[in-house]
Amino acid sequence: MCGIVGLFLKDKSLEPQLGALLSEMLVTMTDRGPDSAGIAIYGADQNDLVKLTIQSPEPETDFAGLTEDLRKAGIKNASILPKNTHAVITVSSDQIDATRSALEDLHPNVRVMGTGTAMEIYKEVGLPKDVLERFKISDMSGTHGIGHTRMATESAVTTLGAHPFSTGSDQCLVHNGSLSNHNNLRRELTREGIRLETQNDSEVAAAYLTGEMAKGKNLGEALTSALDDLDGFFTFVVGTKSGFGVVRDPIACKPAVMAETDAYVAFGSEYRALVNLPGIEDARVWEPEPATVYFWEH
Amino acid sequence: MPVFDLATTELRALNQALHALDKSGVPEDFEITNPRGAHAVAVGIDAPVNVTINGSVGYYCAGMNEQATVTVNGNAGPGVAENMMSGKVVIKGDASQYAGATAHGGLLVIEGNASSRCGISMKGVDIVVKGNIGHMSAFMAQSGNLVVLGDAGDALGDSLYEARLFVRGTVKSLGADCEKKEMRTEHIDLLTKLLADAGIADVKPEEFTRYGSARTLYNFNVDNFDAY
Repeated sequence: MCGIVGLFLKDKSLEPQLGALLSEMLVTMTDRGPDSAGIAIYGADQNDLVKLTIQSPEPETDFAGLTEDLRKAGIKNASILPKNTHAVITVSSDQIDATRSALEDLHPNVRVMGTGTAMEIYKEVGLPKDVLERFKISDMSGTHGIGHTRMATESAVTTLGAHPFSTGSDQCLVHNGSLSNHNNLRRELTREGIRLETQNDSEVAAAYLTGEMAKGKNLGEALTSALDDLDGFFTFVVGTKSGFGVVRDPIACKPAVMAETDAYVAFGSEYRALVNLPGIEDARVWEPEPATVYFWEH
Repeated sequence: MPVFDLATTELRALNQALHALDKSGVPEDFEITNPRGAHAVAVGIDAPVNVTINGSVGYYCAGMNEQATVTVNGNAGPGVAENMMSGKVVIKGDASQYAGATAHGGLLVIEGNASSRCGISMKGVDIVVKGNIGHMSAFMAQSGNLVVLGDAGDALGDSLYEARLFVRGTVKSLGADCEKKEMRTEHIDLLTKLLADAGIADVKPEEFTRYGSARTLYNFNVDNFDAY
């Protein structure tokens, strides 16, 4: 079944509340997906710095000497902020590839959940409420974010199988549904040089969009292409550094409700997820049309 | 009048109170506040009660309704009035997917728009939508009437049996075995009654087009295999 939420703020004064608002939305969707939960949040851009959100099943061992290990590997001025099983490494943008390969060599247990100048991703197995508390998501501020509660259908219940999936810098996707042509697409994307970490169908969708955007399309155009090339059931909510998009397949049997006010655009699998948003009583509330791309940008 | 505030009262207490009503009793009035998109609000009623819900509801509101009049002053989620047997359900806002699915009787009025699969497999219910309806509406509808004052989406009436569909606006496309039909006096009379029942006075029955089953797929015939 899965539950998805998204919030794109237009009113800057709400930014300190982004994490709290998204958390509340996501916890409401627990009964749509109690297997795992995850959230991607877009915060402030820090000039020439890039963030890598990493995860380890043994954070004490892996994160303890990490600063020193990266320094020895030639990564200068890396700062590391551990948060439970995740940590955010901030490095200068020219050192991102070197940081990735240093992590692979020195800490093979560590997985990179996502990279970007603005985006951080936190996801784990467990009830959404517990997952969000582990990472103190409700204290986070930001401009927009998406979240997912998973009822696993296409691959194992693991941290890596949780959403959001990120396959490109500052790009992420959450999915409710199941794709039927993901194996073939995975082979094609791998041939194009896009790296996939799991056997999950939703990761293929994320990678597909990354591939299309790498060809020069904007998010809206990439989502339009997805309607032709992805087969199966889907409601996608996607984020980029400055954008927020929603698309449903032409059958549109996976539920979706959207709301827009002067202050925000919000997405929920069910209206319940939106009821605590400020001013929801006066929001324009609608069900996104099948095979129609909705897209906002800052 | 009993008032149930779902912010402070369990949904189960509300539905139990509604189920405990005397089936043949005098009409009572219930008010429900703060539904906040909750599922299964006012389901399985079998009594001549008037239920007013102030706010938007989630899945399956007023499902399996018998006798009751349920009014939602808000929007309704998927499956509103699913399998209704009798009574009346009025949605003042929009309704999500499969409104009135498999309903056997009663009247469902949606004052806003309905989404996809409105009236799917309807079996005798009357559905009146003031706005538009989505794709695959009245799919495999078997009996009853679907009246749409606005437009219909793709594949209206796909694999339709004997339900009558009346659309005032445009139809994006007709489903398999659904065709435009003549509006005879009996249909004008029927529509006049349905519009009056739904409280609509400013729309003329002559403005509608009737659609129904071409009956070529009604019984399986191997020559029609490609059309299924």
